[in-house]
Amino acid sequence: MLPSAHSLAPLWLCAALAGMQACAPLPPAAFNSAAAPATPQNYQWLNRVTWGANSHTARQLEQQGQATWLLQQLQPRDAVLPEPAREAVRSMTISQTSLTDLVLKMEQQRKDSDALKDDTEKKSAQQAYQQELNRLARESATRHLLRALYSPAQVQEQMTWFWLNHFNVHLYKHNLRALLGDYENSALRPHALGRFRDLLGAVTYHPAMLRYLDNDQNAAGRINENFARELMELHTLGVDGGYTQKDVQELARVLTGVGVNMNTGNPNLRKELNRLYVRRGVFEFNPQRHDMAPKTLLGNPVTGEGLAEVDAALDTLARHPSTARFVSRKLATYWLSDNPPQALIDRMAATWKATDGQIAKVLETLFTAPEFVNAPPTKFKDPVRYVVSSVRLAYDDKVILNVGPMLNWINRMGEPLYGRQTPDGYPMVASGWDSAGQLTTRFEIAKAIGSGSAGLFKTDGPQPTEKPAFPQLANALYYQAIQGSLSPATRAALDQANSPQEWNTFLLAAPESMRR
Amino acid sequence: MQRRHFLRQALHTTAAAAALGIPGVHLHAATAVASTGAPKFLFVFLRGGMDAASLLVPTSSSFYYEVRPEIAIAKPSADLASALPLSADWGLHPALRESLYPLYQQGELAFVPFSGTDDLSRSHFETQDSIELGQLHNGSIQYGSGFLNRLAAQLQGPKPAAPMAFTDQLPIAMQGGLRVPNTSLRNLSKPSVDTRQSSIIAAMYKGTGLEGTVQSGFAVRDQVMREMSAEMDAASRGAITAKGFELEARRIARLMREQYALGFVDVGGWDTHVAQGGATGYLASRLDELGQGLAAFSQEMGSAWRNTVVVVMSEFGRTFRQNGNRGTDHGHGSVMWVLGGAVRGKQVVGEQVQMTAATLFQNRDYAVLNEYRSVLGGIFQRQWGLSDSQLKTIFPGFKGARDWGLV
Repeated sequence: MLPSAHSLAPLWLCAALAGMQACAPLPPAAFNSAAAPATPQNYQWLNRVTWGANSHTARQLEQQGQATWLLQQLQPRDAVLPEPAREAVRSMTISQTSLTDLVLKMEQQRKDSDALKDDTEKKSAQQAYQQELNRLARESATRHLLRALYSPAQVQEQMTWFWLNHFNVHLYKHNLRALLGDYENSALRPHALGRFRDLLGAVTYHPAMLRYLDNDQNAAGRINENFARELMELHTLGVDGGYTQKDVQELARVLTGVGVNMNTGNPNLRKELNRLYVRRGVFEFNPQRHDMAPKTLLGNPVTGEGLAEVDAALDTLARHPSTARFVSRKLATYWLSDNPPQALIDRMAATWKATDGQIAKVLETLFTAPEFVNAPPTKFKDPVRYVVSSVRLAYDDKVILNVGPMLNWINRMGEPLYGRQTPDGYPMVASGWDSAGQLTTRFEIAKAIGSGSAGLFKTDGPQPTEKPAFPQLANALYYQAIQGSLSPATRAALDQANSPQEWNTFLLAAPESMRR
Repeated sequence: MQRRHFLRQALHTTAAAAALGIPGVHLHAATAVASTGAPKFLFVFLRGGMDAASLLVPTSSSFYYEVRPEIAIAKPSADLASALPLSADWGLHPALRESLYPLYQQGELAFVPFSGTDDLSRSHFETQDSIELGQLHNGSIQYGSGFLNRLAAQLQGPKPAAPMAFTDQLPIAMQGGLRVPNTSLRNLSKPSVDTRQSSIIAAMYKGTGLEGTVQSGFAVRDQVMREMSAEMDAASRGAITAKGFELEARRIARLMREQYALGFVDVGGWDTHVAQGGATGYLASRLDELGQGLAAFSQEMGSAWRNTVVVVMSEFGRTFRQNGNRGTDHGHGSVMWVLGGAVRGKQVVGEQVQMTAATLFQNRDYAVLNEYRSVLGGIFQRQWGLSDSQLKTIFPGFKGARDWGLV
């Protein structure tokens, strides 16, 4: 272990970042003040702010120092994946086809198969349509995991997962499997560290959300409250955020006419409404379905006309103090603890207010807080994090060739990507994931990864080839940073390993590997 | 030896926690004491909206035969493809002739038609969720609190009824304040973490908050494997074993008869928009497989069957008329199947109306005349003697149990 200067690191880090917050961009030199070698403390901090610490990120942290490293995480630029992960993403249909083209193509395929007269032909055409939807969803999930594993923008990738969960949609509703890739990549990822209001707008107008929460069914005189309710309860104010049933109804009226048009043509409108019609790809605002009567939301009249009403309502919701508190608490719960300290949440909410909901600034308040920097690793990893962090640790920057086994593990533990049916998203707390059966499954996964036979380096396709790749867990990072944080019981278990495979298995199955 | 050690350990931990009344520490299923005569309840959820009118055929409705010219099940006759007679108004799908019809005749199977929820979305997910949540549909919904979890919580006490979900993911019905284990028995494979490795892993958790959980996890795993070893032996000798849901149902029965009092399992594949078939075809095959599974479950439960109730339901029924694709679309009212040694069967109970064009709900579906929570409430009351206030904790906001004398 290296000298104890590192226990002081949190102090200079806080000072440096506090300065940055007060006086806008400082010259980069101010952040390069100290190296941050791999020690148990730095390792734990790194483990909490990445999808999982590994040798590669530990080296980066050491070279750049915590402040510079964190600054780059909060303002990521050019997050280029290593080859061949980059190539895998580049060759995907979802990377090469726009949302509109993809949706229209799939819609045509659906209509064509429905129109077939012969039952057998129809059935196989419908199966082909479903299989293509499944393939598109799998592309999204694959891209998500490759970025989680290898993107240099680790905080942005985790926030993308966080917002996917916060603004949950479910893959098996309608044709959502064709929309997921764009939802994640255009609505969530670009705004993941930006202004909450921009994120909220991108989500609200995305066809994936509009279909998932049935707002495409919401029209004047035939109100569907589903989206309006979740928008306030789950996306912004929180269930006790100070709105009433009347507000839900009013917001639902504001949202009438906001929907999806999967056809190539536009609807026939009364002449005087043409100026209010909006079509962006498959997103559509149809003023003929919109309730034009005056509305009141949270005590204030809704100003504007047509879609401008929606923007005004989103402004109100995004700037509401309840939203700052509700989302700050959820962020602290995700990143730090099942029961985050109220004082820290209050400071995050204050940053939210001061910066008009700049998510990167709110996270900066969190990451530099003494409550965060000095916290012991008590946060139980959810299944996705357990799998991603374990593979990151086991294979470092050696790019895996097949995420199939990872998707399978995540499914077995009940947290498939885009697989949450209810709009509330997966639970953020340990009780959702630490049941007896799920832990037993984790140990099986620990063995699969630890023994190197999981198929992560076996290509898909008719003639799969497998590259031998043995996980390297007993490496320099282990001896410098991990070993020192293990309990005597875990060390004793590792001493009983009969083989390197078994040693890996025990390390990945250890209580320390379940938490961050 | 190792396993026994785990079980004893788990029992200690749990007993101590229970004695101290520590909240948040809950019984793990492996520790439950098997007691003969204790009520058992299995909930079988058919996801996808099963066509109630094909299972429970309204044979006295001429309207049924009028609007389903290609997929209706014929009135009872000597023809093997015709409905099996249940009552003056109802017949049973012929695919269930060998499996469930004998149970009906023995008085161990009853049906509640016109049942379901007041959720009118006709969305699979929304309606499935609202059923599993078991809360007032238009009230303030508490996600992550299912009715079977709240039932299990009411049944904690000196002889707790151990719950178990036989699924990969903990279903919403079993989520909530009480810790419920879940293990899918559909595709079992031998655990790769062996006994020695298990004990070394368990030792790492000694003194941590997860010590008891890890120990009972291994105990449940070993118990599942022990129960399954006979099956595996048979398979390795080349014997033909059950397949699909029948195999799963037998496995569930083996665990429920010894250890678990409350079970959940789901069966998919009921979304029949196209070419669903009639006496034979797609839907008939699904019913056949389900029926064989349920019959196998009743056999495998042995003497515990006497105290068992199985309720089978789907999120909604389907349109009463066939559609342009010789299938049916999402409907509303459905049918609940209630079977078990404890059931007073051989009856079709609940509020009913004659099926005509005029009695169609929204000119489309079966109406819901028997809200599912009131029916389940009546069954729970009979099985465990739960009070009204306990039932209202399980089903917040419901109007009260309707006791149809099913148990």
